Amino acid sequence: MTAVEDAVAVPAGKDPLGIQHARLPRWTPAAVAIGAIVLAVVAGAAADLGNKVQVGLIAGLLYVVGTFAVSAAVEGVRQAKDRLVTVLMWGAFLIAVIPLASLIWETVDRGKTVLDADFLTHSMNGVLTIGPGGGLYHALLGTIEQVAIATVIAVPIALLTAVYLVEYGRGRLATAVTFFVDVMTGIPSIVAGLFVLSLWIVILDLGYSGFAGSLALAILMIPVVVRSTEEMLKLVPNELREASYALGVPKWKTIVKVVLPTSVGGITTGVMLAVARITGETAPVLLLVFGSQAINTNPFDGTQASLPLYVYQQWANGNQASWDRAWAAALVLIAFVMILNLLARGIARWKAPKTGR
Amino acid sequence: MAKRIDVSGLSAYYGKFKAIEDISMTVEPRSVTAFIGPSGCGKSTFIRTLNRMHEVTTGARVEGKVRLDDEDLYGQGVDPVAVRRVVGMVFQRPNPFPTMSIYENVAAGLKLNGKVRKSELDGIVEKSLKGANLWNEVKDRLNRPGAGLSGGQQQRLCIARAIAVEPQVLLMDEPCSALDPISTLAIEDLIGELKERFTIVIVTHNMQQAARVSDRTAFFNLSAVGQPGRLIEIDETERIFSNPSVKATEDYVSGRFG
Repeated sequence: MTAVEDAVAVPAGKDPLGIQHARLPRWTPAAVAIGAIVLAVVAGAAADLGNKVQVGLIAGLLYVVGTFAVSAAVEGVRQAKDRLVTVLMWGAFLIAVIPLASLIWETVDRGKTVLDADFLTHSMNGVLTIGPGGGLYHALLGTIEQVAIATVIAVPIALLTAVYLVEYGRGRLATAVTFFVDVMTGIPSIVAGLFVLSLWIVILDLGYSGFAGSLALAILMIPVVVRSTEEMLKLVPNELREASYALGVPKWKTIVKVVLPTSVGGITTGVMLAVARITGETAPVLLLVFGSQAINTNPFDGTQASLPLYVYQQWANGNQASWDRAWAAALVLIAFVMILNLLARGIARWKAPKTGR
Repeated sequence: MAKRIDVSGLSAYYGKFKAIEDISMTVEPRSVTAFIGPSGCGKSTFIRTLNRMHEVTTGARVEGKVRLDDEDLYGQGVDPVAVRRVVGMVFQRPNPFPTMSIYENVAAGLKLNGKVRKSELDGIVEKSLKGANLWNEVKDRLNRPGAGLSGGQQQRLCIARAIAVEPQVLLMDEPCSALDPISTLAIEDLIGELKERFTIVIVTHNMQQAARVSDRTAFFNLSAVGQPGRLIEIDETERIFSNPSVKATEDYVSGRFG
């Protein structure tokens, strides 16, 4: 290989400390990659492999082996291991990114066919599901209302729980609360939905409503927010609390005016991520909100629609027009969650403690 | 304004561990009293018992009496929060509030206690920053974050914050140990000015510093690791450094310790 010949060799006798070693030129990885691809294509043709994925896998394998072999021959085994692990790490990154990129690509590609202003501003009321037309306004509205109510219920409870656990919690009660928060984290969303179903609809007989769905979503949201807020509060240095105490500031005021403002960026991020998570929940909404074709602006009375449920129902209709609507709704759902995430990052950056440099 | 501190028979514990044992001393008003002694001898623990910061740590408790003039700080019905308004504290590492500006940091004690009108606040902030010799350096950027100052400036900001609430006593727990010599000098000069208004107690590992700034010096020691720290002697600083009455003190201040 030419890479081996072009390697920067160590001049003899000029390295008394033994701190220099031969280096491969910078174009080596590209050369090895080209070599691996050529070899894989040739091998594929010889073995009559029609499948591009197989050829690609052979090329990848050859690249890993080739990088290690060339580097080991010129630079030594330690450098070769470094290159090997670097290549494997990039490979793992690509494997993780490919499904994500493919998912976004597919959703944008298929979703854009019916996604327009009409689609965003109309409901499915009176629209035949076998034909085109209609929209997801009712579902978007339902999701926003249900998620907003769930957030309003869950965030105060979760924040106060986290403050209790970090600032006050000692002994058995704190251990018990931590334990139950852990248990709640593991509750499948359908179980939270069944719980509210049996309490709210079967026992109390209050009927399907967006609010019933919000209750289940709040149950799912609380442990997530408690956990993230707890971690953020623990990051606030104790010195700041002591500085505040030393000024004669009471503990509750220290928490409200010093501890929480210092960690508000991280807490907001945690809340937004939890919101993003519950926005995509389908099971409790299916059980408790039930779904609707028409616009229902009142989350406390009657069935409502929601985005994930809309996607599910449209898909189940089983015709091209409905499938198009399902893809468009999925795209709107992803965009909604992404906007929330960006918002969270913005707030976190805006509220982060300033260094002034 | 400044008050005398009378400590008698004071022991402090962390859980079952006794950190300091049976300390009795008097701290004179309008003077600087320095605490010196090897690491782990309980200087910091002791200074934290003087404004009831010791009990902030879980499982920590105190036995004995600390009288400020004639009031026992550990008496029944004493509110530790109120005690800390009377006895202020400056910590080893500068700890300005990161979310607040320079102005808000100085005003924090008064604002959070909610006892001051906005019009008065400007004057108090200026006076405190001048008192901490920081005014000229920051007067044009009072709205910039306090965390953007240099280490020495941050520590003076913390001193300004502590004196803004007009305490009777100012406790300083190694206030210069994280600072360079020039910032240290600035703070030592400041201590010399502050002692005209406050009773000052300073913990220091730097014996030259104790000799430079203090009127009286207390030497603490512990007999062995794991044993509680004790007060060996307290006397005029000059005597402690020239002719102490206890041999261990002489060994320590002359570097023949251990």
